[in-house]
Amino acid sequence: MRFPPGTQVRTRLLDPDHHTRLPRYVRGQVGEIVEAEGVCPLPDDRARGLAPPREEMVYAVRFPAAALWGTGTHTVTVDLWESYLEEAG
Amino acid sequence: MADQHEDVPVAARVRRLEERVIAAGLATDEALDAVLTRLYATASPVNGARMVARAWTDPGYRERLLADGNAAAAELGFADIVSSYRLKAVANEPGLHNMVVCTLCSCYPVSLLGPSPSWYKSLAYRSRAVREPRAVLAEFGLELPEQTEIAVWDASAESRYLVVPSRPDAAAGLPDDDLPALVTLGGLIGTAAV
Repeated sequence: MRFPPGTQVRTRLLDPDHHTRLPRYVRGQVGEIVEAEGVCPLPDDRARGLAPPREEMVYAVRFPAAALWGTGTHTVTVDLWESYLEEAG
Repeated sequence: MADQHEDVPVAARVRRLEERVIAAGLATDEALDAVLTRLYATASPVNGARMVARAWTDPGYRERLLADGNAAAAELGFADIVSSYRLKAVANEPGLHNMVVCTLCSCYPVSLLGPSPSWYKSLAYRSRAVREPRAVLAEFGLELPEQTEIAVWDASAESRYLVVPSRPDAAAGLPDDDLPALVTLGGLIGTAAV
């Protein structure tokens, strides 16, 4: 696994013209890895009928609401494929 | 497929989608019917409620449930109906409240919670739950203390989330068999305490 729990990651600023499971509201945001969930096929590839689809680790990534919305004290945890993420430097 | 509600726009959309899926050779009418028949015969919030009630009375089970949801479901005979997804149980604690949403569609563990309520699929819930969960919960009648932390889980990938509500005072003195009846669907989604 590339990102152990506790790692600070930034989601990529992707804007693909095909399906993706990187929700727009977390793009370009810094969050923390909660846990690795296991390897799953990349939906971006599956939706385009690419065979075989890439298989990647999926991570639960936690974002503070204040970073996402500028307000709020809650957290939002989103399941994200590894290629959506890079280490926050 | 069921031919009722044909005048409802969403029903027409579903029918067209089915036609396209069948025409593309991806499924057959019979296969789709079989999935729905099996779903409605087995999917129920009673399943999730049984898991929660067991976690209330058995600390060892609670620990196993939080560590590996699928294995804990299998202990109660639910292995087959959770085999298509990774089950992740998240527990409420004093000072922490969990709440589940799927912002991209309407994913949740259907086999343990039953068919999802229409509000769970609504744009309003899906967009507001991640942005202002405290206000959404208040509209559901759940006023949380300001210091209670809210953890929202956006189930838009392969995991399906089950909230384990805190054991209510009303559970005191009840026989174990009566506990599942205290667990509501809202409690399992995190839009209600129990």
